[in-house]
Amino acid sequence: MSALIEIDRLTKRFGTFTAVDNVSFQVARGEVLGFLGPNGAGKSTTMKMLAGFVTPSAGAARICGEDVVARPVEAKRQLGYLPEGAPTYPEMTVQSFLGFVARIRGYRGGEERERVAHAMRLTTLEGVRLQPIETLSKGFKRRVGLAQALLHDPPVLVLDEPTDGLDPNQKHEVRRLIGQMAPSKAIIISTHILEEVSAICTRAIIIARGRLLADATPAELARRGPSLDAVFRELTLSQEAP
Amino acid sequence: MAGALTIARRELAGYFATPVAYVFIVIFLVMSGTLTFTLGNFFDRGTADLQPFFGFVPWLFLFLVPALTMRLWAEERRLGTIELLLTLPVTQWQAVLGKFLAAWLFCGIALALTFPLVLTVNYLGRPDNGVIATGYIGCLLVAGAYLSIGAAISALTKNQVVAFVLAVAVCFLFAASGSPVVTDFLSRRIPVMAEIARGISVTERLGDLSRGIVALRDLIFFGTFIGFWLFANTLAVDHRKAD
Repeated sequence: MSALIEIDRLTKRFGTFTAVDNVSFQVARGEVLGFLGPNGAGKSTTMKMLAGFVTPSAGAARICGEDVVARPVEAKRQLGYLPEGAPTYPEMTVQSFLGFVARIRGYRGGEERERVAHAMRLTTLEGVRLQPIETLSKGFKRRVGLAQALLHDPPVLVLDEPTDGLDPNQKHEVRRLIGQMAPSKAIIISTHILEEVSAICTRAIIIARGRLLADATPAELARRGPSLDAVFRELTLSQEAP
Repeated sequence: MAGALTIARRELAGYFATPVAYVFIVIFLVMSGTLTFTLGNFFDRGTADLQPFFGFVPWLFLFLVPALTMRLWAEERRLGTIELLLTLPVTQWQAVLGKFLAAWLFCGIALALTFPLVLTVNYLGRPDNGVIATGYIGCLLVAGAYLSIGAAISALTKNQVVAFVLAVAVCFLFAASGSPVVTDFLSRRIPVMAEIARGISVTERLGDLSRGIVALRDLIFFGTFIGFWLFANTLAVDHRKAD
């Protein structure tokens, strides 16, 4: 079967600045793709286009075969998306926020409660379910964002820096969760923590200045130089000079 | 539609989870009541009706409704939740409609809480309650018109103060264009413009409704007016969401 995520010559221009330049790749079920690049490389913009938030200047993105521009609602049903910074409504409690997302996704009554409870169990949020999100610590807020993305058990997960701001234990917990879900889903995570890529990703893509520079397994990438760190620096810094 | 209603429900709960709802309702009730009884000469008029009240409501809404709408989209953009909302499986139109409906229902609640005024006139005399009902419908439609303007402007900026000031200015344009000062001035100089000014005036339409006249063209006016601004709102959200 075809890949669950297809990105085809995707380009985004802001005025004369090209944030994402002709990027193409595919992600199949069972793959965890690490999306790497320096800040401002175009990682988030690519993910925003895939999630249907930013309209591409050219090219196409498809989720489970549904074009995100032509059939946005159908594509978004198959997608769990954690935006950069994990935004949530601060005045809502964890439970009412997840209930809102569940209802938007079409769950009602017992099924809604079941989905919310399941998402809270996966991200260990039961202890704070009645607290307003604004009173939670950064790590908890991030987990609320993650719970929202996992709630409907989507075949495609796009997570923009899912472990940012978490303590080492929580990072470990999230990585374990992603590893657990990996076989049945196509997952993209963006990160600039390189050891995270070696730990959970089956494949890594490096982009800088909007261009795709490498697409290989973390092990293959690491073999190109003394370490993954060095390879990353060499690839992305050589791009800095025009 | 289910998506729009779910969004509306969340928004409405959001009003009551923050001081916004209570400040709005208390100020609205205090001001509408005070103005009706003082400047409106409620007792001295010797008529059992709510004409003074219906006269003040559009001018109160002129400031209060933009205060309600300034955060609608500006806040979503500031918090980044717009990215969450618009990557859920809802169309932009549903999100726009949901937010508008919540704000409109909220204005409806504020209006409904002025019921002691209705009780008072009924206690003091024998008013035509049909006229009072159409007056309330008129106020609700004016609120809807202002809300649709304010929401569209809120989608254009991240800055809530800018959203508030611009919304008041645009609402004032549609409120004042039917006032005698403006129409007299225009009919003496540019008679064609006077007709247009009266035609787009929101308060002019409320005048009919508060006298008990429900004309189809007034309802169509409000329907088109709100529809136009909601459409503009959808375009603004689509254009500016990721900025």
